[in-house]
Formats: sequence, structure tokens, C-alpha cells
Amino acid sequence: MQFSEQWLRSVCNPQIDSDELGHRLTMAGLEVEECDPVAPPFSGVVVARIVSAEPHPNADKLKVCQVDAGQGESLQIVCGAPNAAAGMKVPLAMVGASLPGFQIKAAKLRGVESSGMLCSARELGLSEDHGGLLALDDDLEVGRDVREVLSLDDRKFTIKLTPNRADCLSIAGIARELSALTGAAMALPVVEPVPAALPDRREIVLDAPQACPRYCGRILRGVDARSPSPDWMKRRLERSGVRPISALVDVTNYVMLELGQPLHAFDDSKLSGAIHVRFPSPGESVLLLNEQVVKPSADTLLIADEARALALAGIMGGEESGVTLDTTDVFLESAFFAPEAIAGRARQYGFTSDASHRFERGVDYELAVQAIERATRLILDICGGKAGPVVEAVDQAGLPTRPAVRVRPERVRKVLGIGLSDEQMVALLESVQLSVRREGEVLEVTPPSFRFDITIEEDLIEEIVRLYGYDEVPTAPPRGRISMLERPETRRPLAEVRRLLADRDYQEVINYAFVDAAWERDLCGNEGAIRLANPIASQMSVMRSSLIPGLISSLAANRKRQQSRIRLFESGRCFERKADGEPVTGFHQPLKLAALAAGSALSEQWGSAERAVDFYDVKGDLEAVFAPARLDFEPVSHPALHPGRAASVKRGGRHIGVLGEVHPLWVERYDLGSAPVLFEIELDAVLDRTMPAYAEVSRFPIVSRDLALILDGGVSAARVRSVLLAGTPAIVKSIELFDVYQGKGIEPEKRSLAFRVLMQDTQRTLEDAEVDATVAAIVEKAVSTLGARLRG
Amino acid sequence: MDKLDHIVEEAVSAFAAVSDAAQLEQVKARYLGKTGALTERLKALGKLPAEERRTAGAEINKAKTAVESALEARREALREERLLAQLASEALDVTLPGRGTGQGGLHPITLTLERLESLFRSIGFVVADGPEIETDWHNFTSMNTPENHPARSMHDTFYIEGREDVLLRTHTSPVQNRAMVAHVARHAETGTMPDLRIIAPGRVYRVDSDATHSPMFHQVEGLWVGEDVSFADLKGVVADFLRKFFESDDLQVRFRPSFFPFTEPSAEIDVAFMSGALEGRWLEIAGCGMVHPNVLRMGGIDPERYTGFAFGMGLDRLAMLRYGINDLRLFFESDLRFLSQFR
Repeated sequence: MQFSEQWLRSVCNPQIDSDELGHRLTMAGLEVEECDPVAPPFSGVVVARIVSAEPHPNADKLKVCQVDAGQGESLQIVCGAPNAAAGMKVPLAMVGASLPGFQIKAAKLRGVESSGMLCSARELGLSEDHGGLLALDDDLEVGRDVREVLSLDDRKFTIKLTPNRADCLSIAGIARELSALTGAAMALPVVEPVPAALPDRREIVLDAPQACPRYCGRILRGVDARSPSPDWMKRRLERSGVRPISALVDVTNYVMLELGQPLHAFDDSKLSGAIHVRFPSPGESVLLLNEQVVKPSADTLLIADEARALALAGIMGGEESGVTLDTTDVFLESAFFAPEAIAGRARQYGFTSDASHRFERGVDYELAVQAIERATRLILDICGGKAGPVVEAVDQAGLPTRPAVRVRPERVRKVLGIGLSDEQMVALLESVQLSVRREGEVLEVTPPSFRFDITIEEDLIEEIVRLYGYDEVPTAPPRGRISMLERPETRRPLAEVRRLLADRDYQEVINYAFVDAAWERDLCGNEGAIRLANPIASQMSVMRSSLIPGLISSLAANRKRQQSRIRLFESGRCFERKADGEPVTGFHQPLKLAALAAGSALSEQWGSAERAVDFYDVKGDLEAVFAPARLDFEPVSHPALHPGRAASVKRGGRHIGVLGEVHPLWVERYDLGSAPVLFEIELDAVLDRTMPAYAEVSRFPIVSRDLALILDGGVSAARVRSVLLAGTPAIVKSIELFDVYQGKGIEPEKRSLAFRVLMQDTQRTLEDAEVDATVAAIVEKAVSTLGARLRG
Repeated sequence: MDKLDHIVEEAVSAFAAVSDAAQLEQVKARYLGKTGALTERLKALGKLPAEERRTAGAEINKAKTAVESALEARREALREERLLAQLASEALDVTLPGRGTGQGGLHPITLTLERLESLFRSIGFVVADGPEIETDWHNFTSMNTPENHPARSMHDTFYIEGREDVLLRTHTSPVQNRAMVAHVARHAETGTMPDLRIIAPGRVYRVDSDATHSPMFHQVEGLWVGEDVSFADLKGVVADFLRKFFESDDLQVRFRPSFFPFTEPSAEIDVAFMSGALEGRWLEIAGCGMVHPNVLRMGGIDPERYTGFAFGMGLDRLAMLRYGINDLRLFFESDLRFLSQFR
């Protein structure tokens, strides 16, 4: 809501400056977003009349003007404006005047004395218009200060109103608040009913009394729609953000801004028969004032006559029935439409209007008659003509009611945590025209018809503290029962995992959760991605099922920024369809963790040879994330990954993610440089931690035996290890791979895997024979099960 | 035959003249070896008359001891010289950079989040979580925002295709309802419900995109419900948090009336710094209020017995103010040149 400060002060004028006024409104919940002077500071500019304008003797484009500034004798001013002409009234900056950015001095222009400057709107900082001198109204008195006659010591306030405060969408409403906040008196212009000078009336039928329980109409005949609106009205409209159009339209807008009642003016000659307020019949359409043709939905209320639909009630008038400059007979509408009947409707048609904005939030249902009288008076004053009687159709049962709301002062004190007295509460409530009646321990409060936001006790608690001042409520440390937070040891915080990855040289990123559908298809094999109904862009149209595409795209973006060694990780939610998903049916929304490394394995340094990061580097990082828990890996096929360099990551036999090198196809397509390696795992599986358990430390020596086994190249190390481990006696503490060899001395399709077997007993020293037998049994298993042979 | 003390003198200077251990051992042989000067003298003792033998023997042994101790001293000196030479040869350029893998870092929003979580944990808040694809009911209805409520136009909501009842949550507030329901269920048996104190950070979504709006951003919801929780408590907790978060005791914090369907009374929270680039300007930082009785009721909590407050803050905004970042979009561009500044 934008308005002129002077207009507001004409109704309620507290003795505080503009900044304080803005602060008071803000702190009462009417947030002042902007407060701009309508004109920059300047002084010494007066109304002057150009008496004569002669060509300059030495310059083609200049004129020498004699100007009357009310000082008795005329002043000589040299002027370059093309529109300077004798008889015109213009602003004159006198010698000594101070304008935005410069001072006026007596000067000689091309040899001719000039004592002042005639001004354009831009020179005064009023607008960007520099086409010529600012033409002033002819009836302004010469010599008067321009700031005063144009009311330039004014500010445009913009306040951001919350949806519950529809009552402040008018000068009257803001003045009511201001009066309550400051104690300054409030006086709206007195509206005397305009008696009917004509018998003409148009009947009104409320076909939908729940949606429109009150409708006032009035015929005005013989108006001159071409009469100009007065300057004061245009100024107030402009400073309230409303463009003046014509007197009839301006008056309806003016009354709406002044009182908060939206009005509509029909051209009466285009109406036939009674006015109906009804819901549409099938197939109806309306051509609106904004030239949009609307086929109203069944729940959109219409204003119609006996022939056709005329307007969307409370939203926008129709083009065909609206007033024009040729209109002589007007039918004025001032009605109450129920908020529920208007809410959301304009949005259905893709626009909003000042009227719908007000009606959907709630307009004072007792205001219609006062507003139509005010508008009638203004139209008759400006455009002439005669008015018929106000015809009011009202359905009392359909009008809103204002049942009393009970508030317990004790409850107010408890909820707010402050010690306000009952009397203070009553005074605060009464200051905004709520009527209060004491009923024992309870206050019964009846809100006025303009307040739509007071129906429960909390509404009154809010009203009390709002008027009391949020600043006045103490800022106290809270008190509460304390108990310690739970801290499960088998679950580690995500923060720990994030730190771990950062410590291993990965940088955390945050990518959008909506991605390109092509990424999901190509990189995740997801044809059934969850689509947004209203994405902001096609490359952000589906919900990610994986963090992998985001990391690949982050890699590509950083390569374009001349980065070559890129190590990223992200943790975040992913989205999949799942019929029995929890907690929202139809969707599975797991948190995942993914990391990607590309470029050299180590940051560039003098002491280590450079080499590209590879599968096993990233695998090491992944294992570190889970340590001490042990993971299993199996070859897997994944659309984003190299088919020979991709693994399913398993923990306790369960698939929890993938690890692998990015498929060369994507490396080439997205220009990813040398093969990046990545992993993605379910976050849940990372956070689970096994509770450490004590096992006895043996005091007896440990025996170590190394086995180098020559095996077919296709036998995986994990398989060999599991075969070696299977069925070993308790003395075998571990069997770990420590060397892999391929090359000279071994057949080309074979490789040698060397394992170290550690054996120990907690009760005794092992005997050689037992150790030898155990190792022999292990070797035998490798030979018989895997076809291995010992490397000699 | 040389005088004994002459031999000693000679040996000492001969030891001093050698430069390494091998030479020293060779020189030693000249005096103490099988045919060494002192050994010869000892061998010759037998030829002396018995009465001289004792005195001469004592003289020779004295000389021998002197030579041996000179030898040992010289050995020690040579060892030390050699060690010093070795150490000198092993000296490194200690100014060369260390070897190793580098250090990654966390996202500034994560840093902000961790900071916020630890502050709230310190007064007994626990971290709660909720889905990002959320039901319309949780996002709006449970937050006292029914269909056609004007407040719904305050959010531009992303909907999921083919499911009118499901959307991307527009705020973290729906976690309020989920947390209340779970809390009530957990304590249903006991008859008394302990205070519910949660914060719920997370990603939220709105149809909006420019320098100050991102279609995805981060919020943190806070909620405290109990038998004696007041608006003054709300002011206390939030102001305490903001001053501790920004490490600024003179941070100005202002609460001004506002409107949210899910709280009443409602407030916007503004802060103003007393120094720095933003000095003296009021900056909107959070919305808050006393939990609306309808919201408590929908969470299964009796609003007569329990009251509560809730707040919602923009994590991105907190991060921007904390680190002086001026463009929200930087958070989501994965630019290492930007992100690596927060290590």
C-alpha cells in the first residue's frame, strides 16, 4: 500500500516527524518499506508568468524572456526551452535559489543578462521530463513558492501490509492506527448524504446472498466525463501509486484509497434492466477492462444485467459496460463481497486488482453507503450532473457477524510473560475501536466491522502486545526443566563424516535438488524421474535420484573455471518413487553421500611424482569413511560408470552404493578431462557405527607366514581371501593381501597375490607343527578351490 | 733409549695428528702394539735387576695409562667430529613445503548450520528432520493455512506432476507438526509431556530466482513447546542466539509485529550491526511467534495446557551476513574459488 504522507496527515496529524511516523507504523506491524520525498530539497523557486519571450540576439536556440514573479517589476531571464512562450506560468529559480546539484546566480548568457532560471520538471528533480519548462496551472498565484503550491514537502510511503490487516488498505485505516498509536485526533472529511435529485433507479437482485449480501447502486445523469480531475486529487492518486485516468475513474480510485471501499462506475446507458449479482451460467464470458476475455469458473461471482454478464464481481469491470469520456449517465456500484467468494479467483485468471486484493482480505461491510455518498459528492462537484437515490439491496443473514471474543487477562500475562494490568489491556483494545465489556475474570471484546482478523483469544493477545509494543516485552533468558540430550554411540553425527571427507581433501558443494531430466536418464538410468508440475526451467524439471549428476556437472563447471584438480563431495536428499514410501506415500527420500575426484592424486608438490587419481585412491577414501567397518565390493554395471571399473559397495552383505570411474562416454561428452572417480552411498549406512567391544590381548608371540599364490587373472582378490579365510581355526587372526604381481616369471594371463597370515593364541605359544599344518591347509584350499599354485 | 715421558709426549702429538679412526689405530700400534715402544719396554723389564724392576714397571705402566687415556680421548674426539660431519651433510632445506594431500573444506552453509546447531544444543534443543517432498496438508493445512487462505499466495509453490496433494516444502515449518505428533506419541503413556525443543534445518523450495532469491534455499525451524513458554522467552532465546551467533554483544535485535498463519502473536526479527559494512541498517533475519492454537491442536497438543514458540530463519542469509557474502547464487554454483575461502 502506497500513500501520500500529506494525505494521511490531513486526516490524522500527530506532532512527530516523518521518520518517527514511519517507525511507529513499522513497530505496530505496518512495515514501512519505503519513504521517499516526492521532490528533492530545493529552495527559492516561485511561480512566475512569462510576459514576453523574444529571440536572443546572439543565439538561435535561446530566448530572452521578461518574467513576472510578483515583485512589481519584471525580471529578464534567458531560457533555452522550446516551449517557453508568453502567458505561460512556469517555475522560476530566482537568483540565490538552490536546486538539486547547483546554485542560481545572476549571469550573462551570450551577452544578455539573466537573473534566474526557468525550470523543467527534471531540473527540480520531479521527474525525468526535460522536454521543456514545467507548465504550471494557470490559476496559481505568481510569486508563491512552488514547493507550497505543488505540495512538494510530501513523502510517498510504501507499507507492506500482512494479509490479516485489510483494514489498513486505506488512508482512513492507517489514520485509525496512527491515532491509536499517538493519541492524535482523527477526522475524515464529513460525508453528507447527497439527496436524490432524480427518481431514476436500477433494481438490484442478490442471487447469491452468501457471496454478496450487500450491494448499493446509484444512477447519476448528465455528468461531463471530460471534466478534468482537480490537481489535488491527481497528486494524491499519483503519490499513492495510482495513475490518474479520467474524473470518473479517478473518483472511484480516490474513494477506495481514502476509505477502503472499492467502487465501480458503469456507463448506465449500456445497462439493461435490473442488476443481478450471481454465479455464471455455462458458456458465459466477459471481456474485461484489461482487454482479457475470461470464461468465469462456476465459483466466480458476476455482476450482470438482464441481458448479459458485465463484470467479475469484486475483481474487475467489463470493457463493454465501463465508463468512457463520452459517458453522461453513470451507474455507481458500492458493494460488499464476502472474502471467501473472491479469494484466489483473480489469480485463476492470472492477474490481481486493487479491488480483489481488498475484497479477498475483507472490506468493511458497513462502508458501502458512506462510500457511494462520498463518490457521488465528488463526481457531482467535478463533473456536474444529478444523482438518483441510493438503491441498497441487503441480505442481513449473509453479512458477516462480529461475535464477542473472550480474553482472559491472566492468560494474556502468561502467554506474553509480562505483567500488564487488566486496565491497561482494556485501554489498549479500546484505542483501536474494539468495544470491551468486563465479565468477571474475562474481557468480552467485540471487534468493529472493519476488522476481519479478530475471532479468537490469541487475536486479542496479539492486538494487546502489538499496541503495548513488542519492544516493551522483556528479553529474558528462558527457564525450563533441563535434561541431557541423547547421544547414541552407535550412530555418529553427519558432521563427523563431513569433516572426515574435508580432511581427505574434498570440498563440500551444494547442488540444486532439481536437475535436467536427461541427466537422470543418462547418468542414473532413471526414465521415471519425479517431475515438477511447474519447473522454473527445463534443466531443473525433475527431482534428483542421485547426487552423481550434480557432482559431474560441478566438475565440468570447475574445469571451465581453469581448475584441474577437483575433489568434491555432497550430502543431501535424493528422491525416488516408492509406492509405500515413508513418510510421504509414493516417495522414498533417502539422504545420500557422494564424492568425486579428478586430476592429480596429490596436489602439485616437489616431493612426490605427479600421477592421476585412480579407482584405488578413491576407494581408500571410501574405506576411510567407513573405518573401522569393513566394506565388500563386487563388479557392477552402472550407467554413469566405466563397465570394467565400477563396484557395488556392500556393508554386511547389503548394497549401499557404488564406486567407480566415470564412463569414458560421459568424460568425452561433458569434457571431464582424465577419468574422474566417484562414489555414492546411502548416508544411513555411513552413520551406523558398531559399538567397540573388548577382546583379550594375547601375551604370546604372533606368528606370521607369507603365501604368494599364482592364480588366473580373473579371480578377484576378495574371492581368494574369502576362500583362504573359510573354515580356518581360531588361531588364524587375519589374512590380508599385501602384494600383487604380474609380469616376468608368471604366465601372462595369471597373477600372483601375496597374503600374510597372522596366527596367535591367547593361552599358549604356537608350535611350529601346528602353524605349518594350518598354513598347509590354507594353501590346499587355494589349490583345490581356486586352482592356485604357490609361487616358488 | 727414549725417556718415558718423551714417548708419552710423542704419542699424544701423533694421536692429535691423525684425522680418522683407522689412522689412529695404526698410530696406536706404534706405542701399544706387539712391537710398540711401551710394549718393548715392558718386555725389557725382565732384564732389569729385581730391585729396579718394581720402580721401572710402575713408571712404564704410568706412561702406558697416559698413552691409553690420550688414545681414548682422541677416539672420542674423532667420533664426535665424524658425527658432526654426518649431521652437517644430512641438513635439509627446512623451508621446502611439506609433503601431503591438501585439505578440503565445508560449505559455508554447513559451517553456519553446525554453528547454529551447537548453539541450540547447548540449551537443550535437538535436531529434527522432515521430508522435502511434503504433503500439502503438512506444508499448509497443519500450519493453519487452509485452501484459498491469502497467505498461500505468499509462497510460490513447486508442485509434483501427477500428485496434487504433494509439493516441495516451501518452509521448514511442516517439521513442527511431525515433531509434535512424534513427541506426543513418545510420551502418551506417562501423562506428562516434557518440553519439546527442536530445531529443524533443511532445504526448502519456492518458485523464485534472482540475486536475492534462489528456487532452493535453506531454513532452520525452531520450536519450543511446554507448559510455561512465553513470548518473553521467545525474545530471550532468539536474541541470545543472534548475539552468540554473530559474536556481537552490541548487536541490535528488534521484534516487530507481523503475520504468519501458524503463529500468533507473530513477529519479524530485524538485526542491526553496530560496525562493519552494514552498520546501523535494520536487516530482516527471521520470522517467529507463539505457536497458533490450531497448530498445536493439529499436533495433538492441548493449547490450553501448553504454549510454545516457533521461529524460522534463513540459513543462507545468516551465512551471508556472517561471512559478508553478497550474492545468494554463489552458494549453489559449486565454484571452488569461492568455496575454498571457507576452510
